[in-house]
This record gives sequence, C-alpha cells and structure tokens, in this order.
Amino acid sequence: MKRVYVNEEWCLGCHLCEYNCAFANSGMQDMVLALKDKPIFPRIHVEEGERVTYAVSCRHCRDPICVKCCIAGALSKAGDVIRVDQNKCVGCLTCVLVCPYGALAPNRDGVMQKCELCLENSCGEPACVKGCPNKAIVYEEREDAV
Amino acid sequence: MKNYVIIGNGFAAAGCIEGIRSVDQSASVTVVSGENHPVYCRPLISYYLQNKTDTERMQYRDPDYYERMGCSVLYGRRAVRINREQSLVELDDGSALPYDKVCIAAGSAPFVPPFEGLGSVEQKFSFMTLDDAMALEQAVDQDSSVLIVGAGLIGLKCAEGLCGRVKSITVCDLADHLMPSVLDAECASLLQKHLEAHGIRFLLADSVSRFDGRTAYMKGGDVIGFDVLVLAVGVRPNVSLLKDIGGEVGRGIITDEHMQTSVPDIYAAGDCVECTDITTGAKRVLAILPNAVMQGHAAGVNMAGGTELFDRGMPMNSIGFFGLHAMTAGSYEGDVFEEKADGMIRRLYTKDGLLKGFILIGCNERAGIYTSMIREKTPLSSVNFELMKKGATTAAYPEEVRRKKFGGAV
Repeated sequence: MKRVYVNEEWCLGCHLCEYNCAFANSGMQDMVLALKDKPIFPRIHVEEGERVTYAVSCRHCRDPICVKCCIAGALSKAGDVIRVDQNKCVGCLTCVLVCPYGALAPNRDGVMQKCELCLENSCGEPACVKGCPNKAIVYEEREDAV
Repeated sequence: MKNYVIIGNGFAAAGCIEGIRSVDQSASVTVVSGENHPVYCRPLISYYLQNKTDTERMQYRDPDYYERMGCSVLYGRRAVRINREQSLVELDDGSALPYDKVCIAAGSAPFVPPFEGLGSVEQKFSFMTLDDAMALEQAVDQDSSVLIVGAGLIGLKCAEGLCGRVKSITVCDLADHLMPSVLDAECASLLQKHLEAHGIRFLLADSVSRFDGRTAYMKGGDVIGFDVLVLAVGVRPNVSLLKDIGGEVGRGIITDEHMQTSVPDIYAAGDCVECTDITTGAKRVLAILPNAVMQGHAAGVNMAGGTELFDRGMPMNSIGFFGLHAMTAGSYEGDVFEEKADGMIRRLYTKDGLLKGFILIGCNERAGIYTSMIREKTPLSSVNFELMKKGATTAAYPEEVRRKKFGGAV
C-alpha cells in the first residue's frame, strides 16, 4: 500500500505539515479562519533531535499494536488503513501508551484522532505530502526501508 | 472438521476466535458465554455510568461479528467441567460440547472477603460487568451515599463513573494509598488530590470491621453511613476448570508461550492465566486487556495448527480520572530518573542497561516509545537516553534505526 514516508535529510523542520494536516482535517474552507490564533491538533508532528528533524504520522503497521490494545474497539484496520471511530473512543489513551512510533495524540476534546491518509477529508490525498516545501514527505509504495 | 470450544466471551475469546480463523476458516467454533451479551468493552462500564458511551457503542465488534466469524455462541451458559477422557466440555444445563481443542478464557471473578454483617447489606454490588453497571445505575439516585471498598482501578473507576449521579462517594482501602499495585505513594497522592477535588472522599489505611444494614464500622473507629455498597476489593482468576482436572495452576492458570496449559489440547488466555513479566522474569497474573487479546490470538493460532508465541507480557496501564492521566508500564526496579513539576511526574526506571518501567503523570505524549523500548529490550547504550529523559522521542535512536522504523513498511 501507499504510505507516508519522510526523508529526514530533506526535512527543514518548518512544521508546515502540521498546519496543512490540521487545516485539511478542520472541515473548513479558509486556512486562516481554521487555524489563526488557535492551538492546533495535527495528526502529524515534527520530531526534533540533535541536528535532525522529521515528521511522524501513523505508520499503518501491518500488525498494529494500537488496534490490539484499544479498550473501546475504536481502532480498527479497514483494508490497509488504520482508522479510529471517534464515536466509540473514550479517550483512555492506551493507544498512546503502546504506539512505538509516538504517532498518536488526542484532539482538543481528548478524543483520539490519527492520520487516515486524508482519504476521507476534502484534501483527498495526504495534505502533509502535498504541502511539503522541500518534498521531504512522500506518499508512495515501499516495502523495505530505502 | 475440527471442533474448537472457547470458554468465556470476553477479549481473550475474541482474540482466540480471530486467531483460529486466521489459520482455519472451516472449523466449528463454539463460544460459551456466561454473560448474555456479545463481546463488549468491559473497561468501559465506568464510562457507561458517565454517559460517555452506551451499550451500542460499547460493542467490541460489529453486530454480525459471530456470524461473519462462523461461530456459534451459547449465551447464559457456563462450563462446569472438562471431561478429558471423552474430550467434552460439560455445561451447566447438562449438555456437553465435544472438542478437539479448548481455550479457557474464563476471566476472573470478584473476590469478596468474609466481612461480618455483609449479609445485612441490602444494596451491594460488584463492578466488573455491564450487568453490574446497569444494576448499580438502577440502585443509585441524586440522594444516594455510596461506599466503595477498594481503591484499586476498579473501585476508583466506579467512583469516577458515579460522580455527579449521587450525593456522596467514600472510598476506603486497607492500603495507605490509591492503586498500590501500580502506583507508589507520591504518584498516588497526586491522583488522590485530583479525585478529592471532584468530591470523592477517601478513608485509607483502614478497613471495614463489620457492616450493619446501611452502616459500616471501620477498624479505625470511623462509622460510615451509606445507601449503596460497592465491593471492589480484588479479583481472583477463574482457574477451577483446569485445577479440577489436575492441570497446573498457580495464582492463575499456567501456560507455556503457546498458551498451552499442562493438559493436552487445553489452552488458556486472558485474566485467568499467569504469564512471565518480561521486565522481572517473574510469573504473574497480568490482567490487562492487551495481554488478553494477544494471548487469546496466540492461543487461537496454535489451537488451529499455526504458531504464534505470547512472550512479551508486561504490566502497563493508561489510567485517567477526570482528565488527569497516569501511564505506567513495566517494573519499578533499579535506578530511577525523575522529573517533577506542579501536577506532573516523569519517572523512568533502568536496570541492567535497559529501560524497565515508567510512571508518567501529566506528561504522557508519545509514551509508547518508552513502552516499546521496554518490550523490545532496547539497550540504553544504543539510544541517546539523555534526550529520552526530556520526553519520549524516536529522535533518540541512531539514524540507521530510525531509517528502519520510518523508511519502509512496518
């Protein structure tokens, strides 16, 4: 399946992906109205180490531990994509406790949200990839690490 | 065609069904369900009382789950004996199910100490099942005073669930702090303050001497009036089905990493088993949902002739009360790194060059990165642990490890 990958040597650490993600999932038409002066809750975040930055979002694992550990039956694998049913989620954060990639965080109401590859929102393709100014984030088929 | 029988209908049973079907699509699978409900999310019963979920949303799987999985479910039936000679699971209605392989996923039962005068208490409840929660819901109103005996996870989640629905809630426990099995006194006190701010009253390091109707006389001298009593002292793994036929049992049913018990063709999974805690090497009952699902799945795969090991057992909990979350994992041995601020504690425990456990309160972002280090036994020498002390981050891994984790399908 196509997944989102980040080439860390090209990541500028600009955090634009976080804004593009929050906007794409806001359901609003105007980015300024959607994001200006508001705390944002993106489904991708930029990790910052010593002299390295890279964006992290759901890996859509083949054998996802978050799905096995969800106490509410809210996380599931639909085809290859791991989705969260926000109607079922109770915000216990067990998925945050187990995701090895640190890819999950709750929304402003404490309900889990996650990268679902923008397949269902108005963007229709990963907004983080589309808006990455240095093309560090890509959406492609890979099996082994490159 | 093989006959598989699963005793129990909780998370371990669901894992077992799915494990069997990942290997064998045609076998007969029969589930013996003591409760009259399809598999539902038991840890959500406190959220049910809070109106944060309902019986429909609490369903663990979709409505046609058993049909889709080709399972028959016997509701309201209990297994009373396993007949090894004839390979039968005998049920409480006198019928019997032939089996080729059986999985005991019977969970645990509330442990009720023999309190003096308990028989005189009219309104008393456990808080384990959806039926318990519904009965409790019926029993309380805005004028009810509730006494909860037990300040473990079950008792405290019950208190949170009832908060706002009743007049007063008192929680008592013999231990001197909340959740003694997962928290130390300092961390527990942080949660206690938070719960007290919501009106929940605690009486710790004290226990009930005797009950008389709607009054509890405490050993310390306090006298507590109540309308409704919830007993959440502890649970006992349901081991009798295996123990009765001479199977190996400790505190829980003993299995190998294939979830096979000491008795041929009998497997076990979930809260009724004990397994090895990888952070200490000790055998323990690790009654948490992730273990139940994974053990059940492994049992199912192995029953159906495949191979799947459960060899990564460890305690871990994400516990939230009124928006304050505590996350814990592993064991609290060895050296400790601690960071504290107002309303926040980060403790990382290291031993033998490995991360062994943690307690995080008010700082749980990306905690799974720590959990994964414990599970994978990642040597501390291979990561930038100084960076990890500031917060969980995969940036602490060397570049080649990050490339592997993030550069391809995982």
